[in-house]
Amino acid sequence: MSQPIYTHQFENGLVLIAEPMDWLESAAFSLLVPAGCSRDRDDRLGLASLTCEMVQRGCGSRDSRQFVSDLEMLGADTSASVATAHCSYGGAMPAESLLETLAIYADVVRRPHLPSDQLEDARQVCIQEIRSIEDDLAQKAFQELRWLQYGNPLGRSSPGTLGGIEAAVEDDVRHFFQATYRPNGAILSVAGKFAWPRLRDRAAELFADWPAQPLPDVEDSPIAERIRHLPQESSQTHIGISYPSVPYSHPDYYDARAAVGVLSDGMSSRLFTEVRENRGLCYAVQAYCHSLRDRGCVLCYAGTTTERAQETLEVVLAELQKLAAGIAQDELDRLKAKLKSSLIMQQESSPARSNSIAADWYHLGRVQMVDEVRAIIDGLSREQINLYLASHPPRDFRIVTVGEKPLEIPVGIS
Amino acid sequence: MEFRKHTLDNGLEIVAECSPHAYSAALGFFVKTGSRDESDANHGVSHFLEHMAFKGTATRSAADVNRELDEIGSHSNAYTSEEQTVYFAAFLPEYQAQAVELLSDILRPALRPADFETEKLVILEEIAKYEDQPPFGAHEKCMAAHFGSHPLARSILGTAASVTGLTCDQMMEYFRQRYSPRNIVLVASGNVDFDALVALADRCCGRWPPFDAPRETHRAPPHRGLQVVHKPAAVQQYVVQISNGPALEDEDRYAGRLLATVLGDDSGSRMFWELVDPGCAETAAMGACEYQGTGLLMTQLCCAPEDTAENYARIRDLLAEADADGVTDEELAQAKSKIRSYIVLQSERPVNRLFAVGGNWITRRRYRTVREVIDSYLRVSRDDVAAVLKKYPLTEHTTVAVGPLQDADQIVGA
Repeated sequence: MSQPIYTHQFENGLVLIAEPMDWLESAAFSLLVPAGCSRDRDDRLGLASLTCEMVQRGCGSRDSRQFVSDLEMLGADTSASVATAHCSYGGAMPAESLLETLAIYADVVRRPHLPSDQLEDARQVCIQEIRSIEDDLAQKAFQELRWLQYGNPLGRSSPGTLGGIEAAVEDDVRHFFQATYRPNGAILSVAGKFAWPRLRDRAAELFADWPAQPLPDVEDSPIAERIRHLPQESSQTHIGISYPSVPYSHPDYYDARAAVGVLSDGMSSRLFTEVRENRGLCYAVQAYCHSLRDRGCVLCYAGTTTERAQETLEVVLAELQKLAAGIAQDELDRLKAKLKSSLIMQQESSPARSNSIAADWYHLGRVQMVDEVRAIIDGLSREQINLYLASHPPRDFRIVTVGEKPLEIPVGIS
Repeated sequence: MEFRKHTLDNGLEIVAECSPHAYSAALGFFVKTGSRDESDANHGVSHFLEHMAFKGTATRSAADVNRELDEIGSHSNAYTSEEQTVYFAAFLPEYQAQAVELLSDILRPALRPADFETEKLVILEEIAKYEDQPPFGAHEKCMAAHFGSHPLARSILGTAASVTGLTCDQMMEYFRQRYSPRNIVLVASGNVDFDALVALADRCCGRWPPFDAPRETHRAPPHRGLQVVHKPAAVQQYVVQISNGPALEDEDRYAGRLLATVLGDDSGSRMFWELVDPGCAETAAMGACEYQGTGLLMTQLCCAPEDTAENYARIRDLLAEADADGVTDEELAQAKSKIRSYIVLQSERPVNRLFAVGGNWITRRRYRTVREVIDSYLRVSRDDVAAVLKKYPLTEHTTVAVGPLQDADQIVGA
């Protein structure tokens, strides 16, 4: 029972998309501005994150304490994060708080104070994050893997580097803000309980006079290195493997997604069965599709004790390569049941739908309704997926290991 | 929403919060058993048994269980805590019968020796995974130090040595002592057909033999002390501190939770403004945790080793100040607003209601609506919070530090 999705594009380029979910008492929003880490200067890696931290330290008529306290009194559970292309602000709240919360976020992205006396505090917050990732070995493996897969700047990790964060001065933050916080390329999505005319009118008051500015393209360059080992005293070896795949906007995307689902979705998936159930090599093993606007990849992770890491790497790689031979009908049937139930359960969560429609707009320039996605899932066929796999077999692997010993990479793998 | 309950002849209780308009349903067997019901000889058996439930039954192999859970498109899993082992699935309403039948069956696992040995390897990997992951066991070590000879001192996963030493016979014995229908509640939420649920549960579980499964629930004596665990490979220093708090059955647990929110929520709390917002610490947070007969308030700190003593002193001052002066009306109102909104947002998903309804029933044999729970928080006054502080002084605590620092002086100051 999907409902219509409302769309409104303002003259300055900002897109407002909204999906009514009248059966909920909540509403959620996502506000994406084109201020992702791919726009960091090479000598200021982490500037997007530092700017994201700074814009939340007072905006409009509120200082930083008032900002947090007003959001909490509205019952808004909010978050902010920096990704490759965007900085995203979002939150879920009781439906009646939506418009007031949006007004606060209009101040965040348009009228932040960027207070000089808080720059050092914000810098320290960013440094804490970088240091903490050093202790999270699985995340560290993923960070390196994305770098090898996508290169500079698309494979960067958003927290940046200690050098970049330490070098940043007040003007860097100001310039980054002025250059990237803009309506063209920005997306505001809302899902949950709301009245469309009021939402559209309020959004117009808040954002319609936000001036557009040109947004330069991001140049990118690949990385030649394909295998990397980071020595680390640890109990487990953390293995990350990636290979190229089609992006979300590609007509074959759902075939690629289904193939990865057979590998990793559910307890009867191939990786879970072969690596964990049959051999007991891992507690955690998984693979999933990752997509940028014009390219994508499959990211795979396994964590295993040092002495069993070589076998784990070989078993995972063998499963990835075996995928080229195709999938079975019963595997596809189970996957369809799982994908469909996930899709329907998304309708019980306003933040899930809000994120999903914002991502749709960014990747596709339109929103896929729940019924449309359901039809795509119903239409998936084993023949089509196997044709896709035959022409796009998993290969050109990038491999990152974090642990006590480097592993031997089987010949012909990368 | 309608609350329904029924008890089978063998004592198995079935409780449900039925919402006929929900998109999905959720089902869970809540077994009142966990690490606190173990001994040194079978430490880790509750969690290991939870894994073994998915390894097959008299009529199903492990592969059958995994495949069938995926065939109904369910999001199923299980977890073990100090006091509960919960097996659950979220699914679309048309799969209710299959879900009941399948989950009931895995509650009578075959415990085959070959599966036991393979799964032991997975558990050892899980233990190794947590050893590699921040806060590097600080939580478990602090629980052990704080609870001393009390059963809550035992970690949920067990240790590599205790799990290695476990035998299949010990697990069988534990199962025979704990998995009585009198010690299990079948809980359902969302779009559930209650009458059909009862009829099928009677067929699937009605012949499980009943017996008593008592639990030791004496209150834990307060402990004090500081333990420093040297981990040179860590970048950050991790400190966990535990003081006593309200127990599950205590009415003042709502005041305890509000107190933790005021002092140590991850945003807008005293610790947030004092330590996280200025970037002095990556984490400085407090949470409340209740058990049968006892409870605790836990503070966690993660920061650079060289800043630890200073941050520790700030936390010590914050706690002393709270002990002396309590909280303000404004802080209490803000905390109530946050908790209220959190509860409302969470309750939109049947799977979240499953844990709320099940947790309440298994520990207190009571059903409480979302409204009733919110009202219990709203009724808390400053005096109630002051009473909690008087009964459980925050300055009496057990502390464990894990990271590059070696000496107590480097944590608490010379």
